[in-house]
Amino acid sequence: MNARHRILAKLRNALPVENDMQAAPAVAGYYAANTLAPQTCQERVAQLRGLLQAAHAEVIVASRAAWVSLLAVRLAALGVGRLALNEDTEEGRQLAATLRESSGSVTLLPFDKPIETWKQELFDTVDAGFTVADSAIAATGTLVFKSSPAQPRSLSLVPPLHVALVRAETIHAHMFAAALEEQWAAAMPTNLVMVSGPSKTSDIQQTLAYGAHGPKQMLVVIVSGEGESA
Amino acid sequence: MSTQTTTQPLQFHPSADFKNRSREALADTKLRQNFRGAMDFLRGKRSAQFPDENELENLRDLGEAVRKHALRNLPQLLEKLETQLTANGVQVHWAETAEEANAIIHGIAVGRGAKSVIKGKSMASEEIELNDYLGERGITCVESDMGEYVVQLAHEKPSHIVMPAIHKTKGDIAELFHEEIPDTPYTEDVDELIQIGRKTLRQMFVDADIGLSGVNFAIAETGTLWLVENEGNGRLSTTIPNTHIAIMGIEKVVEKLEQVIPLASLLTRSATGQAITTYFNLISGPRRPGELDGPREVHLVLLDNGRSQAFEDAELRATLQCIRCGACMNHCPVYARLGGHAYGTVYPGPIGQIISPHLLGLDDTRDLPTASSLCGACAEVCPVRIPIPQLLIRLRTEAQRNPGEAVAHRLKGQGASYSLGEQLVWKFWTGAYAHPSLHRIFRWLATRLRAFAPKQQMGWTRFRTPLQPAERSLHDLMAERKGNRL
Ligand code: SF4
Repeated sequence: MNARHRILAKLRNALPVENDMQAAPAVAGYYAANTLAPQTCQERVAQLRGLLQAAHAEVIVASRAAWVSLLAVRLAALGVGRLALNEDTEEGRQLAATLRESSGSVTLLPFDKPIETWKQELFDTVDAGFTVADSAIAATGTLVFKSSPAQPRSLSLVPPLHVALVRAETIHAHMFAAALEEQWAAAMPTNLVMVSGPSKTSDIQQTLAYGAHGPKQMLVVIVSGEGESA
Repeated sequence: MSTQTTTQPLQFHPSADFKNRSREALADTKLRQNFRGAMDFLRGKRSAQFPDENELENLRDLGEAVRKHALRNLPQLLEKLETQLTANGVQVHWAETAEEANAIIHGIAVGRGAKSVIKGKSMASEEIELNDYLGERGITCVESDMGEYVVQLAHEKPSHIVMPAIHKTKGDIAELFHEEIPDTPYTEDVDELIQIGRKTLRQMFVDADIGLSGVNFAIAETGTLWLVENEGNGRLSTTIPNTHIAIMGIEKVVEKLEQVIPLASLLTRSATGQAITTYFNLISGPRRPGELDGPREVHLVLLDNGRSQAFEDAELRATLQCIRCGACMNHCPVYARLGGHAYGTVYPGPIGQIISPHLLGLDDTRDLPTASSLCGACAEVCPVRIPIPQLLIRLRTEAQRNPGEAVAHRLKGQGASYSLGEQLVWKFWTGAYAHPSLHRIFRWLATRLRAFAPKQQMGWTRFRTPLQPAERSLHDLMAERKGNRL
């Protein structure tokens, strides 16, 4: 008998012999009963933006046509020299193309090789990482990232500035709705991360400080039909 | 770089000496000020997150239901979790004791030729004293959570399960950094202090062979580990090194992903008064072919270490509903006055008082269940409705029980506080009140001999005047009154 058997046997012994899986707690019912009236897309954009700003993220709301040039201008203004991104996403390609065409000073670092081959460089020399959120959650001001070959985990984590794009139509009202509508449980990526601002800590005398170990700054671009059009 | 602290003995108090340490803690005015301020702050933050009483109570009902459901199905869920994780490419290990868990982790480290481990926050790893175990065997563990890092640098133990360095002021930390980290000027500016911590630890994420983390919730149906944090050190520890080892108590599994959503909301709001933390990090496996980063190996160590003892008893099982939010300690008048270290256990405060006897046995923890006025503040805020005062009374009973008495679920250390004298007094007391003739004699004697009542009455007379029987018993007075009226 190994540890596994002994632990499981002890637990089993403590339960009634007939211990079929009991009826599950009514999580869906709770969220159906406790959710406010459905929001319009515009309301979700406003809520997401407000909460992200409250969490110290900078937010740009822009139209489909204008976001890329607005972002390029903003990156230049922030003095971003080296930007890591993955061009396997539509928006990644668009941004890369724009930055290459412009005579700006941003150097592009395609994240297209295993991290081992440039770990030190990624940690030491990259100013910003560009990511595309899979969706977002209005109620908590949260962006959702699912890891994939086009979405390396460390792109939203290692560079001091995290630039994230989110499409307005992917914003859910709350987390339960996001999990349900996107059927998270049916196909979990190796890493699903919910991000609600730049990294922070209150570990020193309960004083809030930003830029703990993750990004110090976060810049979120919400692409919306209603957004600013350059 | 002086984060190599694991060869130093950490400051660890056996929990048996609780009474002396609490006296010392009470006399330490600075410590008391630090905790008073911190507790008030955390209580305020929590209550601001729950403006709607109804919503709070409904959510607590749901949280309790989810945890109870998970425990009722615990063996099946653990097996399901193991199956799913294995299918996802995660290696699952089982440990009955702290020693076994340490040996498993050491074995993995040796197999990878690892020299250093970077750690995200994990109370389970504190519980098994992993840093010491690996340090003695030549493997350096570095804590990367800012609070844990401070505590490690000071060769101390966490004093709170959510905020490990809550007993320290920024002045303490300024001094510590100045002395322990080379070329660090003294500064009390918190932003600067955090940047010093960030800079010092950053290269360790790159260099470490292994990242070690705790787990907040595990999901059986998907084989997912759900980690909650603000700093990003948890994500770095579980993303950058080649090997990730997670360790969790066996009670943390729930059936479905959707069931974690209310628990996660209760956790962050109860713990630090945040609607959500910066990161919810859901890990379901190592790097897949085609992916460019993430660990190539993920291990999960499932730790029992006394939890199954609590599980075996239907009443004490509620202990395992805990989601480690720390709200009970933040609201406990005893914790607020003593601070975390006086308890001498890894988990302090009310949750520590009810879980430690299972982890360590009542012999070493006999006084902990008595460190409560049973005011009920803990149960009132517990997001999963653990009846903490009821469990404290039960543990007191088990500590007082005759060690020889046979019971259905014998706790380790049953009868640790058993005293024959005390038992005899209670026996006499019960007998005297059950037999009227005996009670008459007792009354007669007590009132006549009142002058001989002892002046020293153990705990009672430490702060109060001694008790003395009245000149006349209530029975006599009532009888007289009746007689007068007739
Ligand atoms: S016992 Fe309840 S209040 Fe205390 S840490 Fe556990 S869940 Fe939180």
